[in-house]
Amino acid sequence: MMEKRVEDLAVTGNRRVGEGIFVIDLVAPEHLPEIMPGQFVQALVTESPATFLRRPLSVHDVVYSSDTISLLIQIAGPGTERLSRLKPGEKLNLIYPLGNSFTMPVKGEKVLLAGGGCGMAPLLYLARRIVEAGVLPEFALGFRNRSRILQHGEFLKLGPVHLSTEDGSEGYRGFLTDIPAFREGKWDRVYCCGPEPMMKAVARLCRDRQIFCEVSLENLMACGMGICLCCIVDTTSGNLCSCTDGPVFNINNLKWQTSV
Amino acid sequence: MADLRIKIGSLEFRNPVILASGTCGYGAELADFMDLSQLGGIIVKGTTLEPREGNPYPRMAETASGMLNAVGLQNKGIDYFEQTIYPQLAGYDTHVIVNVNGNTVEDYVELSSRIDRLDAIPAIELNISCPNVKRGGMIFGTNPASAREVIAAVRKVYSKTLIVKLSPNVTDITEFARISQEEGAEAVSLVNTLLGMAIDARTMRPKLSTVTGGLSGPAIKPVALRMVWQTARAVSIPVIGLGGIMNAEDALEVIMAGAAAVQIGTASYIDPRTAVKVVRGIESFLSERDFDSVSRIGGIINRI
Repeated sequence: MMEKRVEDLAVTGNRRVGEGIFVIDLVAPEHLPEIMPGQFVQALVTESPATFLRRPLSVHDVVYSSDTISLLIQIAGPGTERLSRLKPGEKLNLIYPLGNSFTMPVKGEKVLLAGGGCGMAPLLYLARRIVEAGVLPEFALGFRNRSRILQHGEFLKLGPVHLSTEDGSEGYRGFLTDIPAFREGKWDRVYCCGPEPMMKAVARLCRDRQIFCEVSLENLMACGMGICLCCIVDTTSGNLCSCTDGPVFNINNLKWQTSV
Repeated sequence: MADLRIKIGSLEFRNPVILASGTCGYGAELADFMDLSQLGGIIVKGTTLEPREGNPYPRMAETASGMLNAVGLQNKGIDYFEQTIYPQLAGYDTHVIVNVNGNTVEDYVELSSRIDRLDAIPAIELNISCPNVKRGGMIFGTNPASAREVIAAVRKVYSKTLIVKLSPNVTDITEFARISQEEGAEAVSLVNTLLGMAIDARTMRPKLSTVTGGLSGPAIKPVALRMVWQTARAVSIPVIGLGGIMNAEDALEVIMAGAAAVQIGTASYIDPRTAVKVVRGIESFLSERDFDSVSRIGGIINRI
């Protein structure tokens, strides 16, 4: 059993990285517990009367040397709007780390990290860990247009980035599954996180070519701890919790990958 | 130090704070964050004879000061419970109570008699108030004759402490509490969730796959408090109060309204340590006010 905590972390940074999208840096009061790529936190939103439940947020990045964890937040309602206004010096209470993690590749494998929109949040930390494991990942990132591109510079530090935009204003015109490097590459593993239609398209491509593929799902959650049974995913083993059995699932275990 | 012990029938609890069914899993999920032996008891998730997948996604909607759920008693059934879950629970140093559900009176009877044989389970909570199943559940808990029939039938086969969990979705909850008492229950717990619904105006669709679901959280606390107060005056068996208790102050209010014990439910999602904090908060309140036991403040609003 991995260590789980509920504690206040100190906000040390909050920067806007896109339209309604922020990266918040948080420092733990003690050394961080081990956090695996793909895991998430449950953030307690205060001073937002319309927000009752915690907000599940992917871990975007971790820096152990400074005990810092970064979250990528898109404003989707009053709760995330409040989080976007967090200032250095404020505290944010987290339950963390929660959920399972991506399966790490082994040396010599050709690995693609595919994602888009702010759903690609967990891919940065995943990439960092993959690089540490001695594998050079590539990225296929899809956005609506040039102004929506997120964290391009951060990903470029870790490997080659193949971009697509729906209007062709940057990179390849179309969806990320249209990117030739994605379609034609001999990938051993594809990790995907983004909007559901994108994940389904990626899953279909990978299934057709029998490529190992894991996706990170974002279901509605109440507890995040495997108690409430609200965030269920229809899998080949029945209803599973995306919070504890996921959020990372192999596409072969998901019912939706057979129906797309 | 004030005496926090309470009794339900012949069963003594270390303190009056119990984890509510459906919001504490099988205990292990919350044991990551607190020591369960600090609690009066835990009521593990709703169990049925057969495995159930529950209702389709989406099953949850956040609401003002609360949430709706429509889980529908997803669980792996009594066989799995006996073989896999029970051996883990048997080691807990707190009372482990099972929440019992069924489609028919026969289901409730068979399940209760099987749990009666499990030595480490000293009590059951008879759930006649789940609003999220098509058969059984609240159908028993909103019809006096059906409630009487199922409680009487279970009482015949269940020899240990029997708690009946009541639905607030009735005109007069005290009628069901009286029936529970008459048919030999040692206690009633109330309230289960209030039937509600939510719509997404943008998509013009209900937010729950089942359209309606059960409302919990602080939104329902005033209703729960009123029903606890009414029920505690109507019956002589202990009332276990629940519904929107988020902290020690809420728990004290429910006890002052007449509850012998409280259950912590949805609050555990917001802070998984809520129940332990409530125990400590009750303890410090009693010490500060020089009450030597928690029973001194039970129903105190009726006396002062």
